Amino acid sequence: MSTVKTTSGTNGLLQSEPLLFERSVEGRTGWRPATSGVPLADDLPEDLLRQAPMRLPELSEPEVVRHYTRLSQWNYSIDTGLYPLGSCTMKYNPRVAEDLAALDGFAQLHPWQPVETLQGALHVMAFVEDSLKALTGLHAVTLQPAAGAHGELLGLLLIRACQESRGDPRSKILVPASAHGTNPASASMAGYQAVEVPAGPDGILEVDTVARLMDDQVAGLMVTHPNTLGLYERNLSSICKVVHEAGGLVYGDGANLNALMGIVRPGDLGMDVMHFNLHKTFSTPHGGGGPGAGPVAVTQELEPFLPVPVIHRGDPLTLEWDRPNSVGRVRSFYGNFGVVLRAASYIMEMGAQGLTHASRMAILNANYLRVRLSKAFEVAFPQPCMHEVILTDRLQRAHGVQTIDIAKRLMDYGFHPPTVYFPLVVPHAMMIEPTETESLDELDAFADALIQVAREAGQQPDTLKSAPSRPSLGRLDEVGAARFPDLRYDFDSTQ
Amino acid sequence: MADTVSRFIPATGPEIERMLNVLGLSSVDDLIGQVVPRGDMFQGSLPMASPISEPELVHELKRLALLNTHTDQVLSFLGAGAYKHGIPSAISHLVDRGEFLTAYTPYQPEISQGTLQAMYEFQTMVCELFGMDVANASTYDGASALAEALSMAHRVLRGRRPRAILAGAIHPDYRATCVTYSRAGPISLAHLPPRRDGRVSIQDLSRQLDRETCCVAVQSPNFYGLLEDLPVICPLVHDAGALLVVVVTDPHACALLRSPGELGADIVVGEGQALGIPLSMGGPHLGLFATRRRYLRQLPGRLVGRTVDSQGQRGFVLTLATREQHIRRARATSNICTNQGLCALMVSIYLSLLGPDGLRQVAMQSHSNALYLKKAISALPGFDLVYNAPFFHELVIRTPVPAARVVEEMLPDGFFAGLPMDRFPGGRSHELLICATEVLGKEQMDSFLSRLARFRGNATPARGA
Repeated sequence: MSTVKTTSGTNGLLQSEPLLFERSVEGRTGWRPATSGVPLADDLPEDLLRQAPMRLPELSEPEVVRHYTRLSQWNYSIDTGLYPLGSCTMKYNPRVAEDLAALDGFAQLHPWQPVETLQGALHVMAFVEDSLKALTGLHAVTLQPAAGAHGELLGLLLIRACQESRGDPRSKILVPASAHGTNPASASMAGYQAVEVPAGPDGILEVDTVARLMDDQVAGLMVTHPNTLGLYERNLSSICKVVHEAGGLVYGDGANLNALMGIVRPGDLGMDVMHFNLHKTFSTPHGGGGPGAGPVAVTQELEPFLPVPVIHRGDPLTLEWDRPNSVGRVRSFYGNFGVVLRAASYIMEMGAQGLTHASRMAILNANYLRVRLSKAFEVAFPQPCMHEVILTDRLQRAHGVQTIDIAKRLMDYGFHPPTVYFPLVVPHAMMIEPTETESLDELDAFADALIQVAREAGQQPDTLKSAPSRPSLGRLDEVGAARFPDLRYDFDSTQ
Repeated sequence: MADTVSRFIPATGPEIERMLNVLGLSSVDDLIGQVVPRGDMFQGSLPMASPISEPELVHELKRLALLNTHTDQVLSFLGAGAYKHGIPSAISHLVDRGEFLTAYTPYQPEISQGTLQAMYEFQTMVCELFGMDVANASTYDGASALAEALSMAHRVLRGRRPRAILAGAIHPDYRATCVTYSRAGPISLAHLPPRRDGRVSIQDLSRQLDRETCCVAVQSPNFYGLLEDLPVICPLVHDAGALLVVVVTDPHACALLRSPGELGADIVVGEGQALGIPLSMGGPHLGLFATRRRYLRQLPGRLVGRTVDSQGQRGFVLTLATREQHIRRARATSNICTNQGLCALMVSIYLSLLGPDGLRQVAMQSHSNALYLKKAISALPGFDLVYNAPFFHELVIRTPVPAARVVEEMLPDGFFAGLPMDRFPGGRSHELLICATEVLGKEQMDSFLSRLARFRGNATPARGA
């Protein structure tokens, strides 16, 4: 291990920290609420009043701050190190965006304010809409969906509304086998039966396969481009034609847009609807699982169906509510404005050249890792990739070592593991997306660590199987957690 | 030359060359040319601006921020699903720690215990708020949480009851979201308008309830701020074999009132923004979602569970993933993947700072302030209360001139006077929804009242003068 540069965060002091409820001491508090000068009074009917007090923790502010600071130190994060989760685009999140989102002029805006008091915010939103149009070549954008999967649901509802208005409602939708699970799940929620499309032997969708599956009940195709194998769907423009000729529409899952900015515009290939993950491509922080934002771009034909309200570009900017063909709305208010604002700050600073450079460097970094790792591991698809590359554990399985063991051992070298066991079409996949914000040094350290782990797989497989050893906890029992679900603190028994 | 330097992209020219050497290529264009067909390549230049520096960026966004008027510059009486309560400073300092801010979904539990333990604590506190057994680790917002709750109720009853009743005054955005979600799904929605007192009509509800009904959704406090008669509604719904879904838009109410769980709710959804999340023009906010243990397998969204590590030490993991899209795909309980993790963390910190007493005091002061406004407004000539049922911290008032005009004319004097009800289909022009929270002082409310009082003259000519 000494030959490999490690960046493990476990070298420092790690505190143990109980649950909030175990720290609680009756009578403490961490907040003095505002008092208005109006005496407390209530006229509420007795039978509606709470009797038993809530069992929330009672803690002073220093205790709460310490609690969460200690918890934070148990997390790996982009700020800690390389976070190579495939199809998650864990790139660095510029700090300035946090400052800007916290400006009173944005953070203290109430969604029901008169529209003339929201002009700056609407400009920010219009800027992001226009930027997404520019990057995709599509016609109109809504910022309302709160996350990628939310955008998928909306996008499919738009397709449904459009085909219904053509007098041609349909019941099925094609989804490649390599798609994210959200695609078939969104299809179900939008009332479609998902029909799986197999890729060719080289991982690429073939025109004939799609053509064979298209019929008058197929609403269209959901496609991730580049796909989750990290490969460029080189037949896509022909596939779009085939789908269109059969009366279908093409939905683009934008999870992997980080590979395309300034290089390819999905709208030019024939995509009709596309969602974006602002928390991937546009650098807004993932926050341990959100909030994200999942705007959707569409062609001119689909624009009338967009959710309300839409921004009307007059002077001043206004919000248009009266849109008779709109599908309605998929959430309250105007979407995750705070996330949209962070994306705006990223796009503004990067500009056209910066975004293009980001995609180019993302592709270069992934291909560099592909080549560096191609001796120690099986590369699932050896051809040049886009922004991510998939390895498997085939070479290591001879020693009884699996993908999960490799992933856990990587933690001991100070790295977050790649996405594992996805996509499902590649058995025991390790999907690596380094992003453009990693330096060559960091890429080399990561590759060295993986190569060292591969070596250990032959020499000391048990080390891998019992990994990790350096985090504060060892491998966790996920099977037991699912078998006996304990999902909340039990106040009535000592745990 | 596209290889412009960005401060977020470390690669230098010589490093790019070294990488290309390893690939056996001479340029990045060659690499991309190997992958992307020439015909697919975008040949034009993007109609976007050039890169700018951080100071220029800050200048531009501060300029845009100044084009807005925000709720600290005026006195705001806006609520209706987004609430301005006090927010402890500690929250932003803690959630801005990079280890929370820049972590992904905790799929690798050994190095994500911070997020996981915090979510387990969050789930526990949401259960306490709502009086329920289990809560998920959040959904997008209150509106989409309600739409998901209707689908869940439909699944719990095995898809045999296709109808969901939205009863009484439910937030119009929530209602609209449910309508959109139901466009393609198996659920048909029935809307039960509130009766004259602004609340659910018990007679209409019992007439509507049938064996086709999977659930009844009731917001309480409702969109008009009124408390619904859940102790009566709940047994009615259960007797019909349906589930009761309760919607809460400001969970502070739960500190004062009997919890939805205690009153018999089967699913409780809510909006968590009021608990320490900035207004931020409506998002990101937080969808809260809780239910009974027996319905656990139909719950959408992520769940964190307690377990042990290889040494027997306590730890936390994401669990029951077989409900979720990445395992179950087309048959998942929902398509939700990314949730609102950091917002859930804000709410957790808020609740741990306030504790049961703090929460109750905020609720009491908000209610008392609203009560103060209610009494004063009912005495203002030309003004009246539209409803008189028990309420929490919002009320609908009848204005002597169109409510939109009240809002428009009070804006220059420094008030967001409220939300005119005719913004919504069927809303009446002379009705204004106002909200009071604990951050409004008595003097501020008095200035609001005296400004309101000036409307009486230009509305109804004084009689008998």
